[in-house]
Amino acid sequence: MTLTAPVSLRRQVPLTIDGQPVTVFEGATILDACSQQGVEVPTLCFLETLTPVNVCRICVVEVTGSRVLVPACSRKVEPGMEVQTASERVRTSRRMVLELLGSSVDLSLAGDDVQRWISEYGARPERHGRQATGDEGDAGSVDGVVRGSTRDTAHAGHHAAPSGDAALTVAQPVKRDNPQYVRDYSRCILCYKCVEACGVDAQNTFAIAVAGRGFDARISTEFAIDLPDSACVYCGNCIGVCPTGALMFVSEHDMRARGEWDESRQSVTRTVCPYCGVGCNLELHVQDNRIVKVMSPLDHDVTRGNLCVKGRFGFEFAQARDGGAS
Amino acid sequence: MDLRVTAAPATQEERAAVDSVLGLPTSGWSGGERSPFDGRVAFSGVPDGARGNGRHKGAAETRRDLLLPALHALQERIGHISPEGLGYVCRRLEVPPAEAYGVASAYALFSFDAGPELVVHVCDDIACLAASGRPEPPAASPGVANGHSPGVGGPASVGAIAWRPSPCLGHCEHGSAVLAQRSGEEGGRTTLAPFTSADYQKLTDLGPSLGLAAMAGPDVRVPQAATDRASLRLLRRVGVVDPESLDSYRAAGGYEALRRAIALGPAGVIEELKQAKLLGRGGAAFPTGLKWEAVARNPVRPHYFVANADESEPGTFKDRVLLDHDPYALVEALTIAGLTTGAERGYVYLRGEYPLAESRLLHAAEEARRKGLLGEDVMASGLNFDLEVRRGAGAYIAGEETALFNSIEGRRPEPRNKPPYPADRGLFQKPTGVNNVETLFCVLEILSRGSLEFAACGTEGSTGTRLFCLSGCVTSPGLYEVPLGTTLRTLLDLAGGVRGDRPMRAVLLGGAAGSFVGPSDLDMPLSFEGAREAGTTLGSGVVVVFDDTVDMADILRRIAQFFRDESCGQCVPCRVGTVRQEELLARIASGTLIGSEGDELALLADLGVVMRDASICGLGQTASSAIESAVRRGLVSTETRGPVS
Ligand SMILES: Cc1cc2nc3c(=O)[nH]c(=O)nc-3n(C[C@H](O)[C@H](O)[C@H](O)COP(=O)(O)O)c2cc1C
Ligand code: SF4
Ligand code: SF4
Ligand code: SF4
Ligand code: FES
Ligand code: FES
Repeated sequence: MTLTAPVSLRRQVPLTIDGQPVTVFEGATILDACSQQGVEVPTLCFLETLTPVNVCRICVVEVTGSRVLVPACSRKVEPGMEVQTASERVRTSRRMVLELLGSSVDLSLAGDDVQRWISEYGARPERHGRQATGDEGDAGSVDGVVRGSTRDTAHAGHHAAPSGDAALTVAQPVKRDNPQYVRDYSRCILCYKCVEACGVDAQNTFAIAVAGRGFDARISTEFAIDLPDSACVYCGNCIGVCPTGALMFVSEHDMRARGEWDESRQSVTRTVCPYCGVGCNLELHVQDNRIVKVMSPLDHDVTRGNLCVKGRFGFEFAQARDGGAS
Repeated sequence: MDLRVTAAPATQEERAAVDSVLGLPTSGWSGGERSPFDGRVAFSGVPDGARGNGRHKGAAETRRDLLLPALHALQERIGHISPEGLGYVCRRLEVPPAEAYGVASAYALFSFDAGPELVVHVCDDIACLAASGRPEPPAASPGVANGHSPGVGGPASVGAIAWRPSPCLGHCEHGSAVLAQRSGEEGGRTTLAPFTSADYQKLTDLGPSLGLAAMAGPDVRVPQAATDRASLRLLRRVGVVDPESLDSYRAAGGYEALRRAIALGPAGVIEELKQAKLLGRGGAAFPTGLKWEAVARNPVRPHYFVANADESEPGTFKDRVLLDHDPYALVEALTIAGLTTGAERGYVYLRGEYPLAESRLLHAAEEARRKGLLGEDVMASGLNFDLEVRRGAGAYIAGEETALFNSIEGRRPEPRNKPPYPADRGLFQKPTGVNNVETLFCVLEILSRGSLEFAACGTEGSTGTRLFCLSGCVTSPGLYEVPLGTTLRTLLDLAGGVRGDRPMRAVLLGGAAGSFVGPSDLDMPLSFEGAREAGTTLGSGVVVVFDDTVDMADILRRIAQFFRDESCGQCVPCRVGTVRQEELLARIASGTLIGSEGDELALLADLGVVMRDASICGLGQTASSAIESAVRRGLVSTETRGPVS
């Protein structure tokens, strides 16, 4: 058991955010201090339930005395810290992070906030040129054998020189190798959340990890084998944390493909998983009287957003009963 | 953790390779025979050598640092890492296969497809480009055309030689270089430099065995040894002592520094380093005395000390020369570091492309151990210290100190977020000291000559001598040692100036992460503060000279490619920014601009800002520095020829 000092005994740390004095508890991050102050700091790779990996760098802020910008999501506050969240330097870096992601990844399902930030910060991904399609990636196999996406076998290190006539992207075919969920890595921003959820932060299965290097870095099973051959147990916790729609229920993916997905016609019902006695909370997303996806609330103290295969995907029996009519 | 390894059983040969590193498995649970129907492996509970502290922290955690050595063994014996071979390693070490694959695939020297017996990595990096032009391996060889390994030398070319382009191999003074990576029973690595077109032919004609046997190893190029040996300090034993003889090293004054360090005690040694004002030579110029003090004072145990010998900055070869020709000095210096900072275990993290240094270091450590200079009760001091040599596998980023720790630990070589700093949480999350090889050589100098004498050389802010790696279009390329503060002009004069008396175009200081200066900067003093004032850096002591015949656009594209190839991929600014930077230079080179040249230069500047300001580590933070300095000097434009002002 770890002992933490009662809240009342924890030290208070004074700092300023955009010139305004703030006081927060010791151990808080700059991001915590900003939210307390109502200052919006965009985040992509941060999630309350996961260890910060601080890789997306969209949350960077300026701290007086620091040579480079610092990630608000993981940097702890220090007494007297002077934080700028909207300086020109901060805005430029955030704009460029959005521009770089926008020019290389399909962000269309990454949520309204991302779209809003792109316009607020004035990111123009098109400055980097026409986006290459999946077939144009330079990670091509040289022996003419393509196993899955060419990105799956890209070797670390030397690359063919780009011609410069298109911006390299992560575009690649959707991976659909199991009945539960699809992996559409053309949408992946490499936020590491799924890896953390599958590993030490929740599931401890370690079915997926980051493989490769540089722009070829990717989420992968060993040797990019199909999920059914891997250690995956289909808990779907990776889907629960994915911010970009790269990991998606087959039901949602197919409905979107058919143009039937319509969140305005969906209701979300909170209930308790019927399978075992743990008491995991479920959020059933229902459209047209059918369960289309199952999530779990992050703020719930039993499982903090995590489920197992039964809670996550074992809803077909419910459909079968009412589906008998359809 | 529920370890699930689904790969089929490994071959006898694969198991033998892995067992040569890990020892024989003690039971079926830890890698011996299993039923093929049971892919799920639970912890055996059998204490297996170094393991034995049970399941609590995850048994996998306790031996994971052997992952990289085990992968090396597979690569060297089999020629590639198969799913079955990896699966066997995973069972032995209890590492999840996805993670092990994530680690292996981050290194350029590992391949995953069966290939030919001999893979020759050909340097096409800036110093060799400037000195000898683009290398041209035999035309029909697979792999070079597009530089990609999936399938390179697939089944069709088994028995042939695969040629692959490579970043700088640390032999820049020779003007061309290859690393021959051979697999099988006679597996091993050899570097050959210079490597001429006649050598390509010879190797192709004679084949791996005879061809490699017929090649001479690289010569030593320390020009001052012939002209002014008395001025050499760090290099004074190079070419003089027998690198394979402890007696020879001792006869040259070796192990006097350790004797003095033991007499002074930790506080005394640290005081000496502080008085000498020694600054780290690995790039960041951090005061070494303060670093050692922080580790020594940290109450958390155990402590570790690491010698950073991953030298991969293009244009750098100084640490290789020191290790190839004076390996005992590193063993002695690391021992001093360990005894002073309270570390009983040290690591030398050595670049995988330096096979000669590896065998000499291993030999030196073994000799030292035999003579009571390493291991228990070092030099009868009552203190223990031993070291291990860990080999990198082709990843520039692994030289960044925290990525280096991850690499030793068997994790992906990704830099960690700082703080916490290594003196607080370094290797295995314990207090760790880490220094560059040259810095550690300076420590020997300080202890054997005294801090005052050391500090008397150089400038007020930059004490001692510094090694400079001269390469490219220079008359006498090689490793030079001069007092810090010496001007660039004096240094270039020592090397005979620009080859063939041609006009100088530019000089790259500090490597790919450094910056270009021009003929008008020759009077700048080469000191930490002098470089800073001139808006550049000494970095790892790289000085690459370019004359008016070099296509600078090509050099800049090679630098951009280097960062794109070597980015670990963790953070967005560097992962995508290095790609966009390379594409942009390609557009400038081909004249197919998006918008005006001004638009492109503004975009280049924006890329520089986000990489410098928002990247996690020094790689991304400096990935635009040389290119931006080239823009400032008018080296980047659709018209790139003509001398720089
Ligand atoms: C991308 C990158 C690569 C590096 N490579 C090396 C290297 O190969 N050797 C080295 O000594 N330091 C390297 N460094 C610097 C180390 O992180 C560290 O600062 C150094 O080893 C400390 O030693 P010193 O204090 O003796 O200079 C690198 C840094 C970065 C950011
Ligand atoms: S479904 Fe669960 S086990 Fe499978 S990859 Fe996702 S998090 Fe890991
Ligand atoms: S798949 Fe989703 S959660 Fe995983 S790294 Fe990509 S964007 Fe993040
Ligand atoms: S700056 Fe580049 S090398 Fe460093 S952590 Fe980020 S992606 Fe990796
Ligand atoms: S949210 Fe902070 S770095 Fe991604
Ligand atoms: S060995 Fe070729 S550039 Fe260094």
